[in-house]
Amino acid sequence: MPDRPHPILIGVAALVYLFLMLPLVIVVGAALSDTTYLTFPPQGLSLRWFENIFEISAFRRTIVTSLQIALMGTLIALLIGIPAAYALNRFRIELPKWLGTLFVLPILVPEIVFGFALLKSFTVGTGAPIFLSLLIGHTLIVLPYVVRVISASLASFDFSIEEAAISLGSAPAKTFFTIVLPNVRAGVIAAFILAFITSLNDVSVSLFLTGPGISTLPIQILAHVEQFFDPTVASVSVLLMFLTVAVMAVVERTLGLTFLAK
Amino acid sequence: MTQPLDLHAVSAHYGTTKVLEDLSLSVQAGELVSLLGASGCGKTTTLRLIAGFLTPTTGSIQLGGRDLTRLPTHKRDIGLVFQNYALFPHLSVLDNVAFGLKQRGVGSAERRKRAMAMLERVGLAALADRAPGALSGGQKQRVALARALVIEPPLLMFDEPLSNLDAKLRVDMRVEIRQLQRSNGTTSVYVTHDQEEAFSISDRVAIMNAGRLMQFDRPEVLYRRPANTFVARFVGFENIIPFKVVARDGDVVTADTAGMTLRLSQAAYGAIPDTFLLATRPDGLVVSTDPAAEGLPAQLGLRTYLGRAYQYQCETPAGHLVANGSLTTPLEAGTSSKLVPMPEQCTILANEGAR
Repeated sequence: MPDRPHPILIGVAALVYLFLMLPLVIVVGAALSDTTYLTFPPQGLSLRWFENIFEISAFRRTIVTSLQIALMGTLIALLIGIPAAYALNRFRIELPKWLGTLFVLPILVPEIVFGFALLKSFTVGTGAPIFLSLLIGHTLIVLPYVVRVISASLASFDFSIEEAAISLGSAPAKTFFTIVLPNVRAGVIAAFILAFITSLNDVSVSLFLTGPGISTLPIQILAHVEQFFDPTVASVSVLLMFLTVAVMAVVERTLGLTFLAK
Repeated sequence: MTQPLDLHAVSAHYGTTKVLEDLSLSVQAGELVSLLGASGCGKTTTLRLIAGFLTPTTGSIQLGGRDLTRLPTHKRDIGLVFQNYALFPHLSVLDNVAFGLKQRGVGSAERRKRAMAMLERVGLAALADRAPGALSGGQKQRVALARALVIEPPLLMFDEPLSNLDAKLRVDMRVEIRQLQRSNGTTSVYVTHDQEEAFSISDRVAIMNAGRLMQFDRPEVLYRRPANTFVARFVGFENIIPFKVVARDGDVVTADTAGMTLRLSQAAYGAIPDTFLLATRPDGLVVSTDPAAEGLPAQLGLRTYLGRAYQYQCETPAGHLVANGSLTTPLEAGTSSKLVPMPEQCTILANEGAR
């Protein structure tokens, strides 16, 4: 093995990073432009398009809705997904194999079909409130990620540790919280972040489930670009990026620390 | 504190497969009993039944008169030591050891004191604040041992605790385990597939096969007087020769096998049935080139060097046998000789039908 990577390898790696970063740079640049149309490189520097987000009430409302849906949907998916992943791994031998596949189904179906089906059968069928439909839809599309990620974490968990704790007098339910959960902490955090971002950015399912008065941010962005060509959408995207990073940081901090504290 | 353990007619199933059949076993207070056998013999199932991770289909399990059969594991008060140590990765060594005390509501200061004292006993007090991941295999197993002992359980169980350690450490650790168990006087059940380990550490050994108890006795008895062909083969009686009694004269029995007649004293072997099996280890069957020797005629085959003797694969009228010969006169393959059984190293087994 040579000490330094081959120049071609460095070159390719640089290109990959460029490919990943360039859109972000362009979006951030466009958001800061002083012009009334989208352009890159920015002409003049201004934060007026960021201010504009908060002047348009639809943006204000949908940001709140999107955050609510993403947070609640992710938490519900964790509440369902953690026990499901635990059971699937703990009783891997006893349970039929197809049971695990069941949790992947929501992402096997094209999301647009899934959204439409949910609209037809649930929202129209039961007349459920739009917010509830959105919440259920988002919970279902993030659940597969939660189950997969936490399963991966549990796959390397040695269940004899759980047995050891129980043999030492810890009741099984308590053992789950004091022994199992702290050891799959990284998986729970990863699942949270992945699910939250998936929900926050979802268009296909939300497209059908949003309705009069209630919409999500990506749908609002879509509606906005249909009518305007100003840099507001770029600033919203930047805002969304910062929100995502902020949530990741907060989750990493709180979940990380509460689990570390014994 | 120390209590006897009683298994009464315990059977267990995995689905429809019977994995343990009608097992009755009594472990006296303070005794260390090993469950010995190949994988799939039911020894681990037995341990898991006693621990409460499995429920028996029939039968009962009692510890010091307390019925454990339907009691959930966390109320059984049993110390367990696992093959893969099963330490809590997110807790320090000290907190690992203190875990059981915490469950019993022992206060924080007292917990720390008792856990430290136990770590002291296994020689790991200096590592109390380490994470388990930073320890060697031997140290991990000592922590696991301390964690199980500190709750002062009436019963201690070991599930192949030394299998993941290297050979030298294994021998040291088993001495250590035995000393700790002796000084605490804790009733113990020790599961292993290693015969030497089981024999060296145990008061009594239960040899198991295919979900059944084959023999349960002191190691000395198992080693010298196996009760059946399975145990005989298991403890190294490689030669099992069928005999038929042809004459009885008081204490002395004359018996025949293809090519050899043998006279045996019932005072030495106990009552001898009309057909029986004579079992010996290779060193109980000595190769002799003396034509006058009273033994089985044999053609010598492959010779191997054992250090204390040469060993020969032999063909005889009674089948393939393994015998030892003197170091002073190595013999070549194809030599005709006699295999002479050493009476004090032979044992007699009932003929269980088809061999």
